Formats: sequence, C-alpha cells, structure tokens
Amino acid sequence: MALSNAAAAVVASTRFGFAAKPGELDLIAHDPRGWALAQLRGAAAPLPGNLPPASRMVALMLEARRDKSADKKEFNTQMRDVYLAEIEARIRQAAQTDAPFTERLAHFWSNHFTVSAFRPFVRGFAVAFEREAIRPHVGARFADMLLAAESHPAMLLYLDNAESIGPDSIGGIRRGKGINENLGREILELHTLGVDGGYSQHDVEALARILTGWSIAQLQDSQAGSFRFWPQIHEPGPKVLLGRTYSEDGQREGERALRDLASHPATARHVAVKLARHFIADEPPHDDVERIAKVFRDTGGDLRAVHTAVVETKDIWDKPFAKYRTPDDLVVSACRVAGFTPEAPMLVQSLKNLDQMPFYAPSPAGWPDAAAAWVSPESVLKRAEWCGNFAARIPNPPDPAQLADAVLGEAMPAETLEAIQRAPSRRDGLALLFAAPEFQKR
Amino acid sequence: MRSCCATSRRGFLGLVAGGSFTFALAGLPGAVFAALPGERRFVVVLLRGALDGLAAVAPYADPRYAEKRGALALKPPGEAGGAIALDRNFALHPSLAALAPYYQRGEFLVVPAAGNGYQTRSHFDAQDLMETGLAAKHGESDGWLNRALVLLQKGDARLGLAVGGAVPLVLRGKVQVASWEPQGKTPPDSDLIAALKPIYARDQLLGPAFAEGLKAQSFAGAVLGDDSEMGKGMGFGPKAFAPLAAAAGKLLAADKGPRVAALDMGGWDTHVAQGAETGRLAQNLEGLAAGLDAMAQAMGPVWKNTVVVAVTEFGRTVAVNGNNGTDHGTASVLLVLGGAVKGGRVAGDWPGLANLQDNRDLRVATDSRRVMKGILRDHLGLDRRDLDARVFPDDAALAPFDGIIRA
Repeated sequence: MALSNAAAAVVASTRFGFAAKPGELDLIAHDPRGWALAQLRGAAAPLPGNLPPASRMVALMLEARRDKSADKKEFNTQMRDVYLAEIEARIRQAAQTDAPFTERLAHFWSNHFTVSAFRPFVRGFAVAFEREAIRPHVGARFADMLLAAESHPAMLLYLDNAESIGPDSIGGIRRGKGINENLGREILELHTLGVDGGYSQHDVEALARILTGWSIAQLQDSQAGSFRFWPQIHEPGPKVLLGRTYSEDGQREGERALRDLASHPATARHVAVKLARHFIADEPPHDDVERIAKVFRDTGGDLRAVHTAVVETKDIWDKPFAKYRTPDDLVVSACRVAGFTPEAPMLVQSLKNLDQMPFYAPSPAGWPDAAAAWVSPESVLKRAEWCGNFAARIPNPPDPAQLADAVLGEAMPAETLEAIQRAPSRRDGLALLFAAPEFQKR
Repeated sequence: MRSCCATSRRGFLGLVAGGSFTFALAGLPGAVFAALPGERRFVVVLLRGALDGLAAVAPYADPRYAEKRGALALKPPGEAGGAIALDRNFALHPSLAALAPYYQRGEFLVVPAAGNGYQTRSHFDAQDLMETGLAAKHGESDGWLNRALVLLQKGDARLGLAVGGAVPLVLRGKVQVASWEPQGKTPPDSDLIAALKPIYARDQLLGPAFAEGLKAQSFAGAVLGDDSEMGKGMGFGPKAFAPLAAAAGKLLAADKGPRVAALDMGGWDTHVAQGAETGRLAQNLEGLAAGLDAMAQAMGPVWKNTVVVAVTEFGRTVAVNGNNGTDHGTASVLLVLGGAVKGGRVAGDWPGLANLQDNRDLRVATDSRRVMKGILRDHLGLDRRDLDARVFPDDAALAPFDGIIRA
C-alpha cells in the first residue's frame, strides 16, 4: 500500500504538478489524489512583485503609436523589461509554489486562450493577460474565464477586435470601414466549439458583428488602455449565431453570445479533449474524454468539477511518464527540483533556444501539447545540452542520487540511477538526472 | 536588478569582449579589483572526473611500469610518437607536448603521486574534499581558496573570479567572487553525452531521435574518442577548454582584474576506451595543454607573476580494466605552471609501482594541500599560522611544500 502510494505520488507530482521539490514526494504520498484535489479550491495565486496592469502597458503603447515620429527605443525597453520581469516571476512562482497543480492549470488555460508576442506589440502585456483574465478564474466557471479572456485588451488587440468596426454603425458609415472576423473565428475554432464544432462561415461573421465595439479606452479616457465598449462602432440590429437570434443589446449581446457558446456541448467536448490530452495522454481514451465532457455539461462548465473529473481518471495512477514535457515544462521542473531559478534573460534565452520562447506561440492555437510536435533529433540533443548547462549553474549542487530519489523515488530505473551515481561530478550527475528520459517526461 | 557599471568596468570588459566571447550580464563584477601584494596571480584548474596521473606523467623508468600498465603504457622517450622525457624517471604524455617548452624554461613543476589521502573513491565526496581542503565532509562548507581570499581581501574589492558556469565550491564562501562565462551555450560535456547513450537507447520515444541527433551532429566521434577529423573539428569536449582558459588569462592580466581564479575541465573519467598515445584521454590532455598554453599567452607579461595548479580529485587504477579503460584510484599528479614557479623538475617522493595501495592504486606520496599551502605562503604571502588554522584547519600539521616558488 505504501509502495503504491509512493508510485502514485510520483504520478501526482509530475502529471498534475511540475515535479516534486525535495521532501514534497513524501508529503504527497499520504494522499496523492487528495493533494491534487485540495488545490482546486480557488484561483491561481497572483504573481509576486509589482507587475504593472495590462492597461498601463496598453496605454504606453497607444502613446507610442500616437507620436509616430518619436523614438520608440524607450518604449521598447520598457516593454522588454516588463516582459522579462513577468516571465521570471511566472517561472519562479511555478518553481516554488506549494500549489503546482493550480499553477499548471493556469498555464494550461493561458495556452488555451493564447495571446502571443509573435505579434510584437503584445509583449509588454501578454503575461498580464494571464494574470488578469486566467488566474482569477482557474477554479471558477468556464464562462467567466471566457468572458474575461475575450474582453481583455490584450486579446482584443492580439486578434484585432479592437479595430473591428460594424459597417452599418455610425463609425463604420463615417469611415467606410468594416468588421475584422479574426477574434470571432478563433473564439469558435479555438476557445469554444472547436474546429469540428458545427459552425459555419456565417456564424464566424455573426459573432464578429456581435463583438464589434469591444475595444480599448483611448488615451484621453481616465481608464486609458482598459476594456471599453464603443457603441458608435457596434454593428446595429439583430444577429443570428448558431441558429439563435441575438437582438440588438450593445455590449450585453456579446456577453450573452459568449455565455451560450460556453455552455454548448461542442465546447464541453473540445475542452475535455484538450484537458485529457494535457493530463492523461497525447491520444486520450475516448471514455475519459466523454466522462470529463459530461461533467462539464452537467455542471454548466464548473471548472472545479471539471478539473476534479480529470484527477479522478482511474488508470493513470500507476502510469508515470505518459507525457513528454514541453520545453517550458522541462525548464520549470528543473528549476523546481534544483531549488534554483536563473534570472530572466537566461530563462528566456534558454526557452528561445529550445523553441518555446514564453508567450511567443506561433499562432493563436497556442503551443502543441503532444510529443510528436516536440521530439526531433535536434531538439532531443538541445534539451540534453540545456540540462548540462543548467546543472553547471546550480549554485549549491545537491547530491544527484539523493535528489533523483527525492524527485522520482522508485520510478527512476536502477540503470539510470547507477549512471547518476557513477557520474564524474555533481553537475554531471545532475545533468544526467534532468536529461534522463524519466525527467524529460511526466 | 543590476547595478550600473563604472567606466573602469567598461574598460575591463573591452579586454575580452571581442571574438565569440562577451560578458554574460548577470555575472559581471561590479567592483573594481584590488591589487594583491606584488601583483601575483594564482589559478586553480579543477580536473573533474579523476585524471589518470600515470598517463599524464609516465614513470617510464619504474621497473614495473610496462608490466603493470599493460596496454596503457606509453612508448618510451626516443621512440617515434613516444613520451617526452622530463628527467631520467618521468616523461610527459605526447599530447602534453605544448607544455614541454615550459618545462625547459623552468616554468613547469610536476608533483607525481599527489592526492589528499581520501580513500573511498567517490567522485562527489572526493571533489568536495579537494575543494574544501578538509579531511572529512562537514555538511555545508566553504572552499579553501575562498578562505584564503578572506585573508587576502582588502575592503570590498573582489579578488576572486570563477570562470565558466557556477562558482565552484573551492571558491565559494564568505568572500564574494566575480564570475564570468562565455555568452551563449557552452558545449555539452562529452561525459554527459556518452553517459546518456545507453540510457536513451532504452527509451522508445527518445532513443531513435537521440541516436539520429548524435549522428547528425557528429558528436559520436568526439564522444567515443575516435580520431575522426569531423569529431575533432566540432569544438566539443576537450576543445572547449582552451577558449575558456584564454579568457581567464586575459581577465587575470587586466590591471584592475581579478587576481585569483578557478575553472573546471571535465572529461577525465576514462572508464572506457582510454587509449594510450592516442584516443580519448590523449585528446583531453591535448585540450588541457592547449588551454594552459593559451592562458599563458593571454597573460603576456603578467605570466611571470603567475602560478597555475591543475588538480584532480583522485587518480585511476594502475592496471587496465576490462573496457580498455581505468577505474577510480588513489594518487594522481599535480601540474604546477607559471613564470613564478621554480620548475623544470619533478618534485616530491615516488612511492613506486611495486607496492600498491589495496594492490591496485598508486599510493599518495605528497598531500596536495602541502603544495597549495606552499603556494599560498610563498606566492601570495599568507602566514603559516593562518594557513594552518583557517585555510586547512583539519590538518594543521601538514607542512607547506617548500621551494615551489622562485626566490
């Protein structure tokens, strides 16, 4: 019994958390499921430090855009510094928190609602998006998170809705401009129903029309850089989305449409597939997906219940190492285990080199969540090299074999443990631990 | 987050900012370095993984040498590709040829059969003791070189510099030291890649990709120690040391630069396919010699005030093992270089190969800490009582090794 609990603790700490900090495994072993479930009580903790709200950074961007002739150097420096501080705080938090499941969920949902600095102007407030729209809602309703995400200035700017104008609105008639359906499409395809969720091009356009006017408060506004609904550019009249008519109701029209999308059965299934892929397997069993989707439907998208259903998946507890860690996951987990988080430039450089620069996902679909996307001859070697370099930087390197035991216990194969013990130095032993397939997976 | 930089630091940076080396921002010494008495420099090179001292400096005249070393015995001096005679008893490995001129100029001293008397043959523990200078592990500890810096330190100026990744234990402790590393990634340790090969081979997901990656990048040659030109040209493993050592030399040569430095070189754990005149160990020795030479060149006129010690945690078995390699042993060799060294000779006793420790290892004839004590006293001017009480407190009775430094 004790042994199986120890094995389940490894599964809990890696599947739901990042990796056990020294000493944590014993704690989790008392009740691995309970340890995970206890973290589902509320929001993800805010990131420490004095990080600026997105609205302030958006306002700075508006200022920089207004004055076309001005030197952008200072603005770019500010954006970069905030980005680096945010990334360091985020990784440090994940590496140190006692609620790593909540933290992993925050990262998961942040990736689901991707805002990427692939469009560079987003860089200064991409992480603030996660702090403001995702973290507070990790234990709440999906609909609340959806509304927070789609109305956040970062999302409205990233997917162009801030400049989407109803052609028949006052502003549209005056300026001869029209809708931008980028956000409308990604909400349906990526955030809610999923690509096979049964919507048409007509629905994409309808949602885009419904969301016209969801934009940003301008500089003269005391709330500059925050969300603001602009009735002057909102497309007037009723719109038909997925066969349902939304009569003209300004901002509330969009809120109603999003709440309806949140409770759509296709959304339940789309979200269930993504959660199951992240926490169970790259190709999750159909039954698990259905079970999680059902909880989503039955509870009206109560994320605490949905996340609980994920933890209650039966046949994962004796199956460690089902998932290949993403580079971001590898870096966070190594920092957590080593009790050492490098400074931001080094973290970002590492992740850039490993092809997962934080908040630079190549598309609104976010980072892929399956091994096939991450395993390549070059990347496997690059990761091993990173492990060696990281191990060499740990200021007070602990005994590698003891650490391996504290992190993976019996789950570490004897051959690997032997190699770690035989390593010619502590740093080589730690490099082996991090590079071992059992640490490369979770 | 980062303190701002004085002009002097900028000038200091300029010295090595060229080429592929620039400063990692975070590791920069903010303080101005102060001068040591007489502008003396001291460098400790930590050869991690246990250098085979009998291969680096062969006791070719020992009557049991050829018999006991077997396939690892070097061709004697005078033969083509043979060892390079230092005196009538000892000869340098041919891959250390770059160090022979230093010996001829009297700037290179060899201390054979050196060690710290540590017996259990564990890399981690032995490296800890090599760096703490203590007789046993006492949990959290500081390094002997840092304790020496405490005695040398004046004000808040930083005298110590760690070159490479993290600050090694030998330099950790009360006194803050600066650290420097080349920007960008340092090449992976060939030991790491070699150790990962069998581990990854068992993994269905990562094994094939890893093997393919090795092939693609021609790591294999460098790792397995074959002499393929592709492997040699890649700049991995042994080749990585020289640029690091040259950078250390430049930094140490600077007027307001550090005075004491430590840097690592790995790749010495030659359990498999060690080789004799050529092979894996030969390549590593060549890299070491090239690095020490590059450091000396980079120091310029400052070299005359410099002592460099290359030290390893223990030696290796006298006999070859079943994989044409050697296993963990006891005594190894100390290499002491520098313009301030009274060199051109082999110093210390030779215990011989007839009477081995546990019937397998060369015995320790000279405690390495005696050599360090001699250098700290005669080169850096530390007081004997301080050395006994504070730098090597566990073994106060160890007498400093006399006559290492030129009068």
